Amino acid sequence: MSTRDEMLGRIGAALAGADRRPPPDYTYGAVTPLPDIADTFVERVEDYRAVVERVDPEGLADAVVAALDGAARVVVPPAMPAEWLDGFTELTRTQVVTDDGALSADDLDRFDAVVTAAAVGIAVTGTVVLDHGPDQGRRALSLVPDLHVCIVLESQLVGDVPESVAPLRAAVEAGRPLTWISGPSATSDIELERVEGVHGPRNLHVLLVRDLLVHDTAPDTAPDSARATPA
Amino acid sequence: MSGTFLGMPKFQAAAPEALANSQQRRNLQHATHTIRDKRARVVEELDDWEELRQAGAAIKDNVLSHLDTYLVQLEESLTRAGATVHWASDADEANRIITSLVQETGTDEVVKVKSMATQEIGLNEALEETGIAAWETDLAELIVQLGHDKPSHILVPAIHRNRAEIREIFLSEMGQVGTPPPGDLSADPRDLAEAARVHLREKFLRAKVAVSGANFAVAETGTLVVVESEGNGRMCLTLPETLISVVGIEKVLPRLEDLEVFMQLLPRSSTGERMNPYTSTWTGITPGDGPQQVHVVLLDNGRTDALADSVGRQALRCIRCSACLNVCPVYERVGGHAYGSVYPGPIGAILNPQLRGTTSEVDQSLPYASSLCGACGDVCPVGIEIPELLVHLRTRVVDEQRGGMPSGEQIAMKGAAWMFSDHRRWEMAQKGTELGGRAMKKKDTIGRLPGPLSAWSDARDSPTPPTETFRSWWKREKGGQS
Amino acid sequence: MISLPGHGLRVALFATCFNDAMWPETPKAVVTVLERLGVTVEFPLQQTCCGQMFTNTGYAREALPLVERFADVFDDYDAVVAPSGSCVGSVRHQHAGVARGCGRTDLADRATTTAANVYELSELLVDVLGVTDVGATFPHRVTYHPTCHSMRMLRVADKPLQLLQNVRGIDLVDLPAAEECCGFGGTFAMKNADTSVAMGADKAHHVRETQAEVLVAGDNSCLAHIGGLLNRQRAGVRVMHLAEVLASTERDFAAENDLRAPTDTEVTA
Repeated sequence: MSTRDEMLGRIGAALAGADRRPPPDYTYGAVTPLPDIADTFVERVEDYRAVVERVDPEGLADAVVAALDGAARVVVPPAMPAEWLDGFTELTRTQVVTDDGALSADDLDRFDAVVTAAAVGIAVTGTVVLDHGPDQGRRALSLVPDLHVCIVLESQLVGDVPESVAPLRAAVEAGRPLTWISGPSATSDIELERVEGVHGPRNLHVLLVRDLLVHDTAPDTAPDSARATPA
Repeated sequence: MSGTFLGMPKFQAAAPEALANSQQRRNLQHATHTIRDKRARVVEELDDWEELRQAGAAIKDNVLSHLDTYLVQLEESLTRAGATVHWASDADEANRIITSLVQETGTDEVVKVKSMATQEIGLNEALEETGIAAWETDLAELIVQLGHDKPSHILVPAIHRNRAEIREIFLSEMGQVGTPPPGDLSADPRDLAEAARVHLREKFLRAKVAVSGANFAVAETGTLVVVESEGNGRMCLTLPETLISVVGIEKVLPRLEDLEVFMQLLPRSSTGERMNPYTSTWTGITPGDGPQQVHVVLLDNGRTDALADSVGRQALRCIRCSACLNVCPVYERVGGHAYGSVYPGPIGAILNPQLRGTTSEVDQSLPYASSLCGACGDVCPVGIEIPELLVHLRTRVVDEQRGGMPSGEQIAMKGAAWMFSDHRRWEMAQKGTELGGRAMKKKDTIGRLPGPLSAWSDARDSPTPPTETFRSWWKREKGGQS
Repeated sequence: MISLPGHGLRVALFATCFNDAMWPETPKAVVTVLERLGVTVEFPLQQTCCGQMFTNTGYAREALPLVERFADVFDDYDAVVAPSGSCVGSVRHQHAGVARGCGRTDLADRATTTAANVYELSELLVDVLGVTDVGATFPHRVTYHPTCHSMRMLRVADKPLQLLQNVRGIDLVDLPAAEECCGFGGTFAMKNADTSVAMGADKAHHVRETQAEVLVAGDNSCLAHIGGLLNRQRAGVRVMHLAEVLASTERDFAAENDLRAPTDTEVTA
């Protein structure tokens, strides 16, 4: 008998006569009402000591350049919206390289920064979720360089974790990985004292783009999770 | 089982040395209080915490009571997504599978994401025996590995070490296995973390094989989840060509949506954060992104024994958050090593005897390593009734020892039970108390006592017995009633 | 007298074996307080022990006859009261389980029914009688330790504190780290004596920090442990069961002062 069959046999025997429990009586995907979802997101991202700024769509390209803080070599995913990188000119002297999938880990280690989009932003936890669509790129891109500039649209924000799963399902079903990012890399392994910056990008700079025509006008209006559009 | 802790003495024998380690006591007290306060703050933020706990418990109970079905579903989903699934009955089988998978790649080193399952099976030692180096990449695991030490906490394995000790370990050991720290390394946690970053960077960039565990495995989609903080997990899960993940069979979750419950319960309970810095999910192989060889080892190693105990099986709900360790007054004082396992603290006291059985002295002693204060059960995010299970396992230990030559305790317990089984016998015994009380009438308290009673009286005075018990008083004062 | 909150209520006192033999003043105090409130108190002489020590040490088979005896003795009263959080905790949360574990489902059901009527002293006073002022006087500096089983098994919450706050003359001070276990833990105190004492030493330290004269709790077992440590340190702090504080009246206090040398001029003036 294979180990597989032995293990399944042992489980069957262990559960013989056991009360087979139903799934929980729990409402999945409940909306968390927030007075101002973008404000909460910004406040919570800041709590992790990441840099976060709110920008208008027309100011985004300049904000990207400013966030890169003079980085000499920047890598971007294959399908980054071109207008997001319009701020780079001869004068900025930044080398922007689009990932073609052939860059090795060592190659990536020689970049100072990466700019990506995101799939979902979670306000209550201050989390950015990448589903590694073409505007976010493969995982190594947003991992190896030391500065991650992440562009999140207000329309991608959800209130809390329960609302975040549905918009990510399509990516998972397509076989793509997810990376949930809450602040820069951190450790509390030494005397429980939090140190930001270990292996992952030590610096996280989030640019939250005001892309909604009407936002935050009615404090008691719950954000609609359907607004979040996975890339 | 794990080679790490073989031959450990029973808890009671290991505790006094730990209690006498003043440095460790100080480190543990500071660390456990810091983290328990953080947890309390972020748990208070959620109005629906109790509802979440109940959902977490119910999801896990549903999984456990249909475990065969969900595991087969998980296997199908993983296979469809390009992963190779292996089944391992015990530590030896898991180690053999992993060792041969690593050997097939032709490499002699692996980078590791912190994983309780691989520690439980003693994977590092097994790999070392075949000449494969296993590099721990979590900062605390690195500290433990470099210090030739044992982990003493589930989440913060080097919780028993302070910054000065860690600096010493880095200075003396790091250079022997890779990039050394700078000679002027300070004890500032920032500098220590930077030294670890530089030391591990070269290992991440060159590694061909990574070994991980998984916090959750979603049956419906074949998605594995790793929850971490430092980014070492992301490095291991992303950069190597081959990824081998060891997953305890109880880690399965039915649906992707179930993550919403656990991604709220786990970070708040474990690190006391609203969310941990990084969570990675992967679903088999993604072309052009990450490892192109993905293996999953489904591990039993005693879990089906725990499952067979209708009361004890709830321990398999555990999501390894370690909140119970951080609030445990016994753990706070004794630390993790005395538990003789990678699972210390209250959860270790109920998990180890179930996974390993109750044949060894240490596993027999663990259910007694608790004052039953109940703080652990209150913080458990999946509602494991730890105090109740401790008592349940004590009963198992006692019952297994029946029938042989009776111990002093068994004789005393049986004698006391006989006395209490009839109120007339109890009244007779009380006469003795009263006589003792009269004999010692002039003393308020009793100091040191001989024999087994010295365990009580070495540090505590005892009250002298009363000259008249309540029962005698009642009969005298209220005679006719009742 | 008709208006007394306990009038017409017939309550059985479960003294607990430990109190019966070692701390008779505590069940006597329960009788005093309840009778003062108009309750008819009975003490069924067939009672012995709830079996907690056996259950918690793993001797469920030895506990089983005690579970049965408890149900036999106590299932016929309006309410049962015990001055011990841990014994009531055992009755309420363990008796049925012991019976079930020994294959006695009939007894498990009976134990559940009986347990529903069993109260720890502060529960009976506050929840059943609706009283927080029991007419006590206790002019001393007091700190209160909420024992683990009262707090986490029974969830008595601040009921004991409500009762203490209404005691005349009391100087009630908060105990730092009050919710931490004192380390008694039944046979834990013997089996893991070193750890138990380490925990108790911290508790004793916190008690001393309050500069209280009296440490009060709802369990004499925990108090024996903490008090034993304090006494060995010659800390000058005495321990006292909640019931005894609640039973104290102005008259007791006057008598107490008559008996001892006047040390406090304000009081004797």
